[in-house]
Amino acid sequence: MSAVANKLASSQGVSRREFLLRLQAMGGLLLVADGLRIAKAAPSDPPKYGAEGMPHGTVDNPLVFVTVGDDGWVTIVVHRSEMGQGVRTGMPLIVADELEADWTKVRVQQAPADEAKYGNQDTDGSRSTRHFIEPMRRCGAAARMMLEQAAALSWHVPVAEVRAVNHEVVHQKTGRKLGYGALAKQAAKLPIPPRDALRLKTPEEFRYLGKGGVPLADGHDIVTGKAQYGIDPWFKDMSFAVIARSPVLGGSVKQFDGAAAASAPGVQKVLQMPATVATAKFHILAGVAVIANSTGAAIAGRKLLKIEWEDGANGSYDSDVYRVALHDSARQPGKVVRESGNVDTAFKSSAKSIEAEYYIPHIGHATMEPPAAVARIVNGKCEVWAATQAPQVTREDVAKHLGTTPENVTVHVTLLGGGFGRKSKPDFATEAALLSQAMEGRPVKVTWTREDDLHHDFLHTVSVEYLKAGVAADGKVSAWLHRSVAPSLATIFDPSINHEVPPELGMGFINMPYDIPNLRLENPEASAHCRIGWFRSVSNIPHAFAIQSFVSELAVSANKNHRDYLLELIGPSRKIDPRSQQDNWNYGESPERYPVDTGRLRHVVETVTQEAGWGKTLARGRGQGLAAHYSFLSYSAAVVEVDIDEQGRIKIPRVDVAFDCGPQVNPERIRSQLEGAVIMGLSLAMFGEITFKRGRSQQDNFHQYRVTRMNEAPSDIRVHLIPTTDWSIPLGGVGEPGVPPIAPALCNAVFAATGKRIRQLPIKDQARRST
Amino acid sequence: MELQINDQTVSISAEPTLPLLWVLRDLLGMTGTKYGCGMALCGACTVLIDGQALRSCVLPVDQAVGKKITTIEGIGAMPVGAALQGAWQEINVPQCGYCQAGQIMSAAALLQAKPNPSDADIDAAMSGNICRCGTYTRIRAAIKQAANQGGKT
Repeated sequence: MSAVANKLASSQGVSRREFLLRLQAMGGLLLVADGLRIAKAAPSDPPKYGAEGMPHGTVDNPLVFVTVGDDGWVTIVVHRSEMGQGVRTGMPLIVADELEADWTKVRVQQAPADEAKYGNQDTDGSRSTRHFIEPMRRCGAAARMMLEQAAALSWHVPVAEVRAVNHEVVHQKTGRKLGYGALAKQAAKLPIPPRDALRLKTPEEFRYLGKGGVPLADGHDIVTGKAQYGIDPWFKDMSFAVIARSPVLGGSVKQFDGAAAASAPGVQKVLQMPATVATAKFHILAGVAVIANSTGAAIAGRKLLKIEWEDGANGSYDSDVYRVALHDSARQPGKVVRESGNVDTAFKSSAKSIEAEYYIPHIGHATMEPPAAVARIVNGKCEVWAATQAPQVTREDVAKHLGTTPENVTVHVTLLGGGFGRKSKPDFATEAALLSQAMEGRPVKVTWTREDDLHHDFLHTVSVEYLKAGVAADGKVSAWLHRSVAPSLATIFDPSINHEVPPELGMGFINMPYDIPNLRLENPEASAHCRIGWFRSVSNIPHAFAIQSFVSELAVSANKNHRDYLLELIGPSRKIDPRSQQDNWNYGESPERYPVDTGRLRHVVETVTQEAGWGKTLARGRGQGLAAHYSFLSYSAAVVEVDIDEQGRIKIPRVDVAFDCGPQVNPERIRSQLEGAVIMGLSLAMFGEITFKRGRSQQDNFHQYRVTRMNEAPSDIRVHLIPTTDWSIPLGGVGEPGVPPIAPALCNAVFAATGKRIRQLPIKDQARRST
Repeated sequence: MELQINDQTVSISAEPTLPLLWVLRDLLGMTGTKYGCGMALCGACTVLIDGQALRSCVLPVDQAVGKKITTIEGIGAMPVGAALQGAWQEINVPQCGYCQAGQIMSAAALLQAKPNPSDADIDAAMSGNICRCGTYTRIRAAIKQAANQGGKT
């Protein structure tokens, strides 16, 4: 144990610089930390956007990603993590399309952590497809051209006379054909065509892109129980561990008695985990591990531990008290993060002013697969199997904690049983590696119980949003004041940070695109007392909830149709430079390539209201609610219909979603992501809440942390994808942007049905009728 | 003790109170059955015991002795299981897929008992199985599709 502790004490895990790079991508450009402002790039050094702005950028070498076997099977490597978004189907589909491969002869192979070889692997930020569609197309096209070249050489004909079609190369003049398998060896020896010589397909030539229509890469394995998640690797000689962790962030073990646990049936070892350091980062938490011959035996043994904790400074964290403080902050002026016109003057001259405050508590990810990993160490080489969204970070963190180099650590990326941002933090993989080290390298599986997951998550932030609008007699908004107060996710790297960082501000707050002449956006201070992380769609959740609820309130106040009012507020179709909104982040993308397009935002509002039959006559107790939000470079709008009984019980018979992410690689998986986003949005709106007393999370399991179930889910979810055949439009994100409009659309529907305005989540029993 | 799992007899040595889930996953390496909560709240660990859907995370292994245990690895041998697995793939139900073994096991028990379940039957049988990715509408559609096949593949 002491060896483990010593190694940890000298290690730092992910360094601040690495974090800054990754946050920039996530991303925290111009993040202020330790008074160090990362300068804007000099004119001679143009800023890098998209994938090129990420650590290790992109790789488009076909020999890295594509292997053609003599038997004709094509193996395509996926270097991003599959957590349900469909990347193990969609990414190889891009390669297969350019390669003219037959999908039924394609195998998918998961890359281990190795960003130098594969390019960036951080699977978050809804960016895998938009960052890698071009490199993957180039991979496929280069491999196709090499196969064509090999065929031309074997036939002694000019390459211009041959063409790859559906897994074989055809000599057009003679009709001769050679399958990919027969050409594989020769093709692999040929030079890779330079990028400027690549002939990419035209959209009319696509086999799969925009169509999909293929089975899921892992569909069969999932339904037969063969799919391997991070919790699943199994070795005959392996040990199984659970850990009792400090219930308070920054706490430590004062003393413990592990004797009873150590003598429990099946228990092999009880040992103290190294104390945590002051800064959370992705570090393991202090605690005591119980290692046994089964997870069940380890759980039973853990119950016998007697531990006295030293709570530290966060031991007084009480989320009710904290909430009051957030509201107080939101009522005071704060740091101005965007301003135009003169709000104060405009308020004085406006016919009336309307104000409201909105609250969203901490939310836990509650991935169905809790954090879990397996590690073993043989001859100084560590192998880790982990459900990780951040393979490279996992590799580097494990290496540092073991006191070795990344070359000595192999991270096998398994399927993720849900990610939602939680599994970007590899603390659980580090735990497995340290425990394997403590067990002389034998394989150890660490499983977080559900209680562990809900007690020690990197939680969604908690926030109060204050909004005030100055409104003219005709209902038009002349002044807009919005204060957003929330502890930042950057606090896990620097607890002194007390403002939202640029990526948080840029998630639907400062880049709010409404056509309002006078506005001021402020960000008062807030400090963190638990681990804050990123949860699917991140700060877009509170910002969209507040703004979209407030717009509904304004429309009601003006006695106008919400849809018409929203469209008027969005204003005419125009392309807004995010820099003009003081948003220099823009999801890490070029402001020229990705302006905020209010025409597209209008279009999803128009589409969803038309499809949902907006304004139709509904029975008593029923109501429709609308919300729209731009996030992750995509445009999303939702209409939620509720049916509320006399007791205030909410049923949700139908949800319509309109979504514009530009071109769609695999429309079927886009639909499934949006269906899932509806459920996740409803879940957090109805039930999602983690509370704290004495620094401790108060929710233990799914009976206290409820999530939406089958009988509570809408039976009818209709996804309306905005079609396009123009592949010159840059792609938007898919995994996250469906979430933000759901909670406000639901609450607006509750208002329509009952007259009850919900300003604090979760809704729980707030929907009782006011009459 | 001896267990009958997927029509095979296996011998194990375990504490009688150890939940069946950990016998399957950790002692036998049958990892298709998933852990999700340990309190019979989420359904990820659902197996069939003499045809009845039970949560293996709270079932002491000694209570499964002498009974017919069916897991996701063996459900395809039953017509209703194969029909569900087929429908699940045709409709592309899974997202992350982690909960789907438990979903299919609960659905198999439902279709065994009610070959043509109503929406209310589906709600009653399936609401103990959480899907955090939110695949509920597709699960419902897949159950109906499998039911329409009458358990035939």
